[in-house]
Amino acid sequence: MESTPFWSIEFWLQGIRELDWTDPTLRWVLMGSVLLGVAAAVLGCFAFLRGRSLMGDALAHAALPGVCVAFGFAEWGRGLGLFDVGSKNLWLLLIGASLSGMLAAWCISVIARHSRIKEDAAQAIVLSVFFGTGILLLTRIQHGSSGSQSGLDKFLFGQAASLVGSDVQTMAGMAVVLCILTFVLYKELKLLCFDQAFGRGLGLPMAFLDGVLLVMIVGAVVIGLQAVGVVLISAMLIIPPAAARFWTEKLHRMIPLAALLGGFSGGLGALLSALAPRMPTGPLIVLAATTMFTISLLFAPQRGALARGWRLLATRRLVRRENALRDLFGITEAYLSPEASASDGSAQDVPVEQLARFEGATEDELRAKRGVSQAVLRGALQELKRAGWIETVRSAEGSGRWRLTPSGLQKAYDVVRRHRLWEMFLMYETSLGPQSVDRDADAVEHFLPPDALAQLEDRMRQNGLEPRLKPATVGNF
Amino acid sequence: MQTQTAPTLDRQPSANTHPQAQNGQVGAQSPGQSAPVPALEVHDLTVAYHRKPVLWDIDLSLPAGNLIAIIGPNGAGKSTLLKAVMGLLPIASGWARIHGKPWHEQRQLIGYVPQRESVDWDFPTDALDVVMMGAYGRLGWMRRPGKAERKAALHCLEQVGMASFADRQISQLSGGQQQRVFLARALAQQAQIYFMDEPFAGVDAATESAIVTLLQELKAQGKTVIVVHHDLETVREYFDWVVLLNMRLLAAGPVETTFTRENLQKTYGGKLTVLSAVADAVALVAARQAQFAREGKGAK
Repeated sequence: MESTPFWSIEFWLQGIRELDWTDPTLRWVLMGSVLLGVAAAVLGCFAFLRGRSLMGDALAHAALPGVCVAFGFAEWGRGLGLFDVGSKNLWLLLIGASLSGMLAAWCISVIARHSRIKEDAAQAIVLSVFFGTGILLLTRIQHGSSGSQSGLDKFLFGQAASLVGSDVQTMAGMAVVLCILTFVLYKELKLLCFDQAFGRGLGLPMAFLDGVLLVMIVGAVVIGLQAVGVVLISAMLIIPPAAARFWTEKLHRMIPLAALLGGFSGGLGALLSALAPRMPTGPLIVLAATTMFTISLLFAPQRGALARGWRLLATRRLVRRENALRDLFGITEAYLSPEASASDGSAQDVPVEQLARFEGATEDELRAKRGVSQAVLRGALQELKRAGWIETVRSAEGSGRWRLTPSGLQKAYDVVRRHRLWEMFLMYETSLGPQSVDRDADAVEHFLPPDALAQLEDRMRQNGLEPRLKPATVGNF
Repeated sequence: MQTQTAPTLDRQPSANTHPQAQNGQVGAQSPGQSAPVPALEVHDLTVAYHRKPVLWDIDLSLPAGNLIAIIGPNGAGKSTLLKAVMGLLPIASGWARIHGKPWHEQRQLIGYVPQRESVDWDFPTDALDVVMMGAYGRLGWMRRPGKAERKAALHCLEQVGMASFADRQISQLSGGQQQRVFLARALAQQAQIYFMDEPFAGVDAATESAIVTLLQELKAQGKTVIVVHHDLETVREYFDWVVLLNMRLLAAGPVETTFTRENLQKTYGGKLTVLSAVADAVALVAARQAQFAREGKGAK
């Protein structure tokens, strides 16, 4: 293995082959990490959509003093001979973590409600105060008599390798309870996240539900404490839901998708840390989730950055093409039917056969219509030429001149007519009376009733704006 | 109205269908007379945010089956009044009754249209799903909306002219369309009394006319609609009753008798910007002219 460098695929394949799948530690760590990824992602969806993304972070940090106090409590009990639950009893530590997490949540809501401090500031204050207290207690315990073996420091950054069968069973039990609760309360939690006031109006106990959600988030945090630690667990709450959001517009698909991404990140992180010794599991899980997030951010089909960028570019190019086409149409129209300026509508229509009479417009003429750069105009013209809508005309001076082709005239006529109808619509919208308008439709004729459209066409004629350059077949809309 | 009431009637628990008849016996003052129970009755209501009261001693009785506008300047407590009577805000003193009973006993009768800006429209859901939320109160815990709720919700979308947008992601709707989705959701509540918080704010002409038609339909069905409104010009046209509010109740009654210049002046005081600004401008011009006239005379 020394000979193969770690960046080669061979290194990892060999590593996977050499993994001892019967090793119980590996199995428990893998299972625990997957469970944690799933549970945190499911609850994280609601925290994310409720606008409480930082709440998980505050709750996780606030769990640390709880763990330390629970440990101290067990030590104290054993010291006095009152009870002996074992100072590393996971249940006790998790109960401590939950209690201090909930105390922190309560503090945040009290501060936010009864002072002028906003919730984010309250979260920051409570998070640091609790975490500071936790570190203080942790340091005390580490330097105490039984402290060095306490292993409490693993709660800071997590230590998945320390997971044993009973831990994972505890985690699994909690994860199942949380998922069932989410399923049962799905509709109420959705309403809580979308429109709390409306939910209260319906008579649903929204404040109570908010509390339930908080307790459930604490539960998810607690599941991950041992494997990922208080510092990084909030990443598992937020990153998978944020990644899942890119792929879907439906909550009932977003939650399973987030669970899948979370579980996969958990498994992948655990596997990587098993392959590469001396690599901590928690951070690797978070990095795996971040990779999923980055892929989603870039490549998701609708909301992804590349798709959005591409759409923006496509729209921009479409607009530039249409503008160039309209301008060329306008110049041609003015040349072939110079009475155009007479706005009495008496100007003669120009039949398509006369198109060849026009010797073409220069780039400068086109640019004068609209202040676009030469490069932009040329790009648009080249695209129009490729579509077969315009052609170049050789002129005596040798400079390029552009002319509409018959099929280009058809296209340009449609575009110009559409734009002018829009203008008319915007000018006379109020006098037309309220129409059921879907402004997403790109053509006026798609949403206006026929009589209103006829009115608009009349207006267009009255204003002398009817396109006079008629293609062979005038579209009947 | 032909088919529109049908789904309402099938699924509404019979007890809630005729709240007036039902509550008439309980709430009527004298058993011999059948004095109609007001849709909304507010007594001595005071609401405070922190230490500052926003509504003082409101006494109000609004008859059922009317379209009622609440108007007043910004910060007059219009939305606060709406929220307080629905139990969404704590009441400092006094009480409010809806069809003769406290709000928490009458939740099935209340439909609510919050302000559009109060929610995050990028929430991952579609229009139909939002409308179905109106049925959540009736469904109760554990039960998911089923086919019947879907059908009813589609019908509600139809009533606001949004049927073709049922599966549209809500962030892709225009402001007016979002408002209509909220109205459809309130319809899905199958209520007797509707509270609408600025439904006309920032909507297009199409939505405004859709809302007005809907209000008329609701009125024809004998429902009460209480609307926080900001456009003084349309009050006469759209509403039967008007409540004039500016931290205190200034007037309430039928539009013809209550929506008077005098009452408006009381409500808006110096804030009735258009009127007072015009008056100021006229006074200023007059003063200037008088001054010029004087100076002119003096020069001569």
